[in-house]
Amino acid sequence: MKRSASIVGVLTAAVLLAAPAPAAAKTEIHFWHAMGGQLGEATNELVRQFNQSQAEHEVKALNKGTYPEVLTAAIAAYRQKNPPHIVQVFDVGTQTMLLSGAVYPIFQLTREQEIAIDWNDFIKPVTGYYSKDGNLYSMPFNSSSPILYVNRDAFKKAGLPDRPPATWREVGEASKKILAAGAAKCGFTTSWPSWTMLENTFPWHDQPFATNANGYTGLDTTLLINGEFGVKHIGQLAAWQKEGVFSYGGRMGQPDPKFINGDCAMLVQSSAVIGGFKKSLKFEWGTGQLPHWGPPYRKQNTVVGGATLWVMKGQKASDYPGVARFMKFLAEPHQQMWWHVTTGYLPITHSAIKNLETGHHFKKNAEQWTALSQLTAKPTPNSLGHRLGNFVQIREAIEGELENIFAGTKTAKQGLDDAVAKGNEILKEFAASNRP
Amino acid sequence: MKRAVFKNRRLPYLLVLPQLAVTLAFFFWPAFESLRLSFFRTSPFGDKRLFIGLDNFRKLVVDPEYYRSILNSFVFASGVTALALGTGLFVAALATQKVRGLAMYRAAVLWPYGIAPPVAGIIFLFIFHPSYGVLPYWLSFVTAYEFNWLLKGWVAMALVVVATAWTHVGYNIAFFLAGLLAIPASVLEAASVDGAGPVRRFRSIVFPLLSPITFYLLVVNMIFAFFGAFGVIHAVTQGGPGRATEIMVFKAYKDGFIGLNLGSSAAQSVVLMVVVIVLTALQFRFVERRVTY
Amino acid sequence: MAADGAVAASARVEALGGAATMRRRWSLGWGAFVVHALLLLSVAVIAFPLYYAFVISTQTLQEVITRPPILRPSTNLLPNYVEAWTRSHMTRLLWNSGVVAVVSAVGKVTISMLSAFAIVYFNFRGKSLAFWLIFVTLMLPVEVRIMATYEVIGNLGWLDSYAGLTVPLMASATATFLFRQFYRTVPNELVEAAQLDGVGPLRFLWAFLLPLSWANIAALFVVLFIYGWNQYLWPLMITNTEAMRVVVIGLEDLIPRTGTHIPEWNVLMAAAMMALLPPVAVIVVMQRWFVKGLIETEK
Repeated sequence: MKRSASIVGVLTAAVLLAAPAPAAAKTEIHFWHAMGGQLGEATNELVRQFNQSQAEHEVKALNKGTYPEVLTAAIAAYRQKNPPHIVQVFDVGTQTMLLSGAVYPIFQLTREQEIAIDWNDFIKPVTGYYSKDGNLYSMPFNSSSPILYVNRDAFKKAGLPDRPPATWREVGEASKKILAAGAAKCGFTTSWPSWTMLENTFPWHDQPFATNANGYTGLDTTLLINGEFGVKHIGQLAAWQKEGVFSYGGRMGQPDPKFINGDCAMLVQSSAVIGGFKKSLKFEWGTGQLPHWGPPYRKQNTVVGGATLWVMKGQKASDYPGVARFMKFLAEPHQQMWWHVTTGYLPITHSAIKNLETGHHFKKNAEQWTALSQLTAKPTPNSLGHRLGNFVQIREAIEGELENIFAGTKTAKQGLDDAVAKGNEILKEFAASNRP
Repeated sequence: MKRAVFKNRRLPYLLVLPQLAVTLAFFFWPAFESLRLSFFRTSPFGDKRLFIGLDNFRKLVVDPEYYRSILNSFVFASGVTALALGTGLFVAALATQKVRGLAMYRAAVLWPYGIAPPVAGIIFLFIFHPSYGVLPYWLSFVTAYEFNWLLKGWVAMALVVVATAWTHVGYNIAFFLAGLLAIPASVLEAASVDGAGPVRRFRSIVFPLLSPITFYLLVVNMIFAFFGAFGVIHAVTQGGPGRATEIMVFKAYKDGFIGLNLGSSAAQSVVLMVVVIVLTALQFRFVERRVTY
Repeated sequence: MAADGAVAASARVEALGGAATMRRRWSLGWGAFVVHALLLLSVAVIAFPLYYAFVISTQTLQEVITRPPILRPSTNLLPNYVEAWTRSHMTRLLWNSGVVAVVSAVGKVTISMLSAFAIVYFNFRGKSLAFWLIFVTLMLPVEVRIMATYEVIGNLGWLDSYAGLTVPLMASATATFLFRQFYRTVPNELVEAAQLDGVGPLRFLWAFLLPLSWANIAALFVVLFIYGWNQYLWPLMITNTEAMRVVVIGLEDLIPRTGTHIPEWNVLMAAAMMALLPPVAVIVVMQRWFVKGLIETEK
């Protein structure tokens, strides 16, 4: 009895050992991002679609928190020699990433992996922001631009024509009429104050935000926002704050509720919130371009906000083909269109835009076109983008001073001067720690 | 009196080993690292490191934002301490007035201590909310002044001070209760027989006898508000508006984690270390029992 | 005879419980009515924020934003709490907080007891050095060593792990002092008698000191549990993934900072209530132990 049992055991083992080896393991690609909530779901869906479309690679997406948290986590991981493959870094982190020596430039990646992506298909303001010497360093992922959201019901109540104000003067006049008619408690507010009122308003009017073409051509950059144009624009906002035309609502997206609940009739915010607004706004609304001062200032273009995907060095060589394929997947028109329609972020390839136009998408969704229309002009050195180191801290400094200005404790000139002084300090510090 | 001891040679080392290991790994090593980092300028990714001596400290000394954060820390700590101590003493004095149900009252005021300061901050964030909060609403009947913490720095400071003090009042009450109850009844009776009124008795008997506890609470509250209240600031105001609530601890965190300026963050940590050491040394010198080893 | 110190200590705590009301306390000279009224007012003021948070957590969003504010509880309690629970993955958050609180408290108590035992009951080379090394940590709260501690944890590979969340919290000078003070009150005779009986040190600790220390341990455990549950900066720094978040941090994800909807304060307050309930319940139920623990750790 015992003998046959052991023979069976040996035979079983032999059979098991002789069984064909399991299929080759998929390479795992780790992708850290800052997309939460609805955007996170959309990201996960994109990743799922990629994973299903092929069998060799599996992308694992992980929400690591807010943009600064993701960047910090990536840096910490890199320092522990265990970075993710792909990191989503926001626009203001671009300079930090570019000079870090820790990234695998996207143009190089695709070239070495022999995966062809037509970089010319991407719209200029996007490639301009994230390229160095004509080569794209990171993969554009979620891009947006600031536009004007208008509460059409409030406009109707105030007897205003049903179209968005195009100039700042019109914004002021419309606001006053709205206040007088009691259609809202304030005329307008803005989210992401530095991004909308300075970082985008300056390129929109073809004004230099900083020297060295906003930092593109050198590290010894200084800020220029306290010049005549800056003082004029911010000064007008401060005056309007006193009159109730403009109502400061905080940083980032904190002011959004003021528009959503009808307290303010207009809102300057990223085009990325269109998707959310479609679901939540309970009144008739529309969009218009970012207001402009008109002559003598040219109408140039706004710069893209949002984030891009950076590839980190230090992974196994066999992982990178998968990374490159994922990037190609993201660049395809189908994915671009899907991402745009689902999230509200801009479609950033010409082919995707053309496809959308063919499908009359923009006719049905006029508000989506508003943001794109601000990005069609050929950029000048003032409107390619921003390439400032420690931009997070600079934006912090600027927004802190804006708060002082809107609270009335400093004049526009004073506040902007102080912001520039602090910003220049930060830029100097950055230049010093990144001396090649 | 000679203490009885055990004679084992190796055992004591094994016994202290766990605590020392954790202490060395997570207290001393990082403290030393902080000190070391503070003399360098590092790029965020750590690939470039430059020794710059005391430059990080020098920059702090000339930085008005740094002084602002020091001032904020003191304002915040003083506010929390004054509010929590004052209220604590008041309620404890009330509670010891020949009143029954002392334990009930104590439970009724002690429980906020279990609320994490950031959670308390979130609750007060809503109470102070310019659009929906109940406090600005009530205040609007008294004055037309707009209590908007998003714009007015002092309102934001008041918000975090009140939220932090609220969680700490119970702690102070518990200690004051113990202190007040420990005052010998005989001394108080003798004084009242002598004709000393309540205020006089408080000034010359109660307060002096309470002073060790008061001093202890003073230091503990200050240290707590100076350092431990990071949570409230991070969860509620993030140092805003315009840095009005940026306390030293928060600035060190922000410069390091968000600004990615590790050298400056480390330098700020070193300064904080010095401050804590001074404060704690003060605390120990006056609470004698701890000084003697 | 054995535990005079402990008995005296608990007698003091009993006194706090109001049992010894016979002693004439310092009298303000105000009538009992005034005192009662003021006390009730104080309790009301202190309780108001929590009450208000609870009210908000029972309202619908419409009710939350109406003016004048509604101060009575409403009927939307269940939907809000369910929403808060699911959206913030509350089970995981509460579990993590619980793990941190319990493990760090148990760890602290254990290693502090061992160290205090060694310091009191042995003479060994480097004893005073060990003592001062432990003592100095009182002067190094985590806030002053943030960046570097983060690196240490990273180097150990403990980011996003329970080890990282709990082990660094386990070194507590205050707990060590508590046990040291207590052990010093244990009479010499007990030790000598045990030694005469041939009881070794570890046996002594386990069979003699531990039973005597239960009161202190319980009190300390309550204080440490609350401390561990309410940790903020430390978990914030070293956890990145949702799976490892603790509840006071997880709340942050619900705070309406940005977003395209009216901020859902009612859901947020529901989550806040769930976050603060365990430690507050511990204080209310274990009030006596808690106060004893607070006061003991002061010595």
